[in-house]
Amino acid sequence: MNETAKTPPVAPSSKTIGTVTVPEPVFSCRDVDVFYGDKHAIKKVNIDIGRSQVLAMIGPSGCGKSTFLRCLNRMNDTIVGARVEGMIQLDGHDIHDKRQDVVQLRARVGMVFQKPNPFPKSIYENVAYGPRIHGLAADRAELDEIVNTSLRRAGLWEEVKDRLNNPGTSLSGGQQQRLCIARTIAVNPEVILMDEPCSALDPIATARIEDLIDELRESYAICIVTHSMQQAARVSQRTAYFHLGDLVEVGETDKIFTNPQAKLTEDYITGRFG
Amino acid sequence: MNNTTKTAEQTQALVRKSLARRYRAERRFRLYGIAAVAAGIGFVIFLFGTIFAQGASVFRQSYVQLTIVYDPETIDPAGTRVPEELVAADDQALVRAALRERFPNVEGRSNLRELYGIVSSAASIELQRRVVADPSIIGQRETLWLLADDTVDMLLKEKVWRSAPEDERRLSDQQIGFIDALRADGTLKLRFNAAFLSNGDSRDPEQAGVRGALIGSALTLLITLLLSFPIGVGAAIYLEEFAPRNRITDVIEININNLAAVPSIVFGLLGLATFIGFFGMPRSAPLVGGFVLTLLTLPTIIIASRAALKAVPPSIREAALGMGASRLQMVGHHVLPLAIPGMLTGAIIGMARALGESAPLLMIGMVAFIVDVPSGITDPATALPVQVFLWSDLPERAFVERTSGVIIVLLLFLIVMNATAVILRNKFEKRW
Repeated sequence: MNETAKTPPVAPSSKTIGTVTVPEPVFSCRDVDVFYGDKHAIKKVNIDIGRSQVLAMIGPSGCGKSTFLRCLNRMNDTIVGARVEGMIQLDGHDIHDKRQDVVQLRARVGMVFQKPNPFPKSIYENVAYGPRIHGLAADRAELDEIVNTSLRRAGLWEEVKDRLNNPGTSLSGGQQQRLCIARTIAVNPEVILMDEPCSALDPIATARIEDLIDELRESYAICIVTHSMQQAARVSQRTAYFHLGDLVEVGETDKIFTNPQAKLTEDYITGRFG
Repeated sequence: MNNTTKTAEQTQALVRKSLARRYRAERRFRLYGIAAVAAGIGFVIFLFGTIFAQGASVFRQSYVQLTIVYDPETIDPAGTRVPEELVAADDQALVRAALRERFPNVEGRSNLRELYGIVSSAASIELQRRVVADPSIIGQRETLWLLADDTVDMLLKEKVWRSAPEDERRLSDQQIGFIDALRADGTLKLRFNAAFLSNGDSRDPEQAGVRGALIGSALTLLITLLLSFPIGVGAAIYLEEFAPRNRITDVIEININNLAAVPSIVFGLLGLATFIGFFGMPRSAPLVGGFVLTLLTLPTIIIASRAALKAVPPSIREAALGMGASRLQMVGHHVLPLAIPGMLTGAIIGMARALGESAPLLMIGMVAFIVDVPSGITDPATALPVQVFLWSDLPERAFVERTSGVIIVLLLFLIVMNATAVILRNKFEKRW
């Protein structure tokens, strides 16, 4: 970890209620704007993301929480017409800096998507893909070891150990999502971004993923976008509430759900809209 | 009257009424569909039926069995036995002698000429080949099946009628007599026509074969495939995955779509002007034919390949990029394997079109009369569809069945080519 990372000051214009900063953040975002063509999707967002904790992002559909998540590993670069402004620092270095290689950034900041999207390859190859392209394993034995560890940490090993050569797409939805998580942690990232990882899963598979998130929190900083307030309450330590591109409120999860400060947050979590 | 005031029964009655109308419309539509499919199948059966009915007979050909005496006096009067002398020999005389031996009663120049007309001029070429290959047979006797003349062949295949008045036939009554005599003792009959598959073109129908055109087509298509598939797929990948979206790429895209609709003869003229006129490549060569057909198939392959790339689910691209794959790794490891089947479909369509093209090949000289089977990509050659064009124009009756015969070969070539591509595609196809 980079001990020299300092928290940059938050612009005084920030209207976000609550504490946006944390000590020794892994990510510091200041005045982040995102435009899709003429549409202003994210407006001057200031937020820090802490180490070894889960940040949940909630808000009604179209509020920009997924868009913001995709800023953090520059996945918005792939969208034609998308433009990101403002400063996003990972360990004190701007991720939009010319010296920051986007491929390396994505190796440090892994992502799990809404719909499980394993590669149409074997289970083994799915997990081995990241270590392979980044050259993390010196030989086959080491690669086997990485695949084994990653599948164990994702809680999938016992279910698939006898059929590592079966296609990843042959697994159930929940297993596929855990395979995607195993694939992400196989490259040993610092941060894991999860974009509604349970929205396509049944409650049992969801519970398993939530347990997994809780375990992974010890080693990784995790950002999760979710539509389920119960899920946010269960898995996260901090919660951020987005509304129409604005970051309305950030704070300890307990406080947000029991004692929200902003009227909009209160309306949302009590189910008055959204 | 307001909608909300209707009772449930009234509503159901209205639904029932509309139901009948909807089912009628559906039945009508199905009928149109079946009629259209039936008409299509009918035309295909008619087309294939006529081609096979006319062309199937080409695979059997009339041969005359004669006992040849390799007379040293005729072949090699000087007794040198050197190939140059043997090639110059009058082998025709051997055939004539054999025919005179078979029909000793025929006398007089005109009667003999009619007798000699039974056997093809190809027979003497066959004898010459045998003598040069093995001069030791000079002085011996050998019983051989020799090609009959195409007029004899047409009579045996009953493509011309012996009942026609004599002056409207190419065979005289006397010749028909010779033919009947030969058939009676089994020395004139239809045998498998190896010459059709092993010979090049010829002015004599009985000697004309498709091998030259077949090899010419194969070489041309090989060059077309080797050039157009990599270039087309490469262009599609660049345009779809790497190129920025701007005015220039828009113009390129529109022009590729326009190129796909350009008449093929224009590509032929382009090839004539650039490859032959400017770069000085040989005329009538499969090399140039392959280049021209590459120009023709490229737009098809590019368009199909781009569609195949577009059809790859974006979630796979995101997964790869999210793992930290570079753009090229994303395409090479994940997108391309999923897009290859669609690209192969494009290649099948493009190559099938290229195989059937004749107009652009006419422009670059692949329409010449070429007897030799090409042995390389710069040798003069023709192609199967051009051979169809050439033979369909000739007056001899025997070329009618040969025209259909070369169409059959062309269709078989097409089926083999497409089957190979489909097998390849199924092999690449991943369960999704």
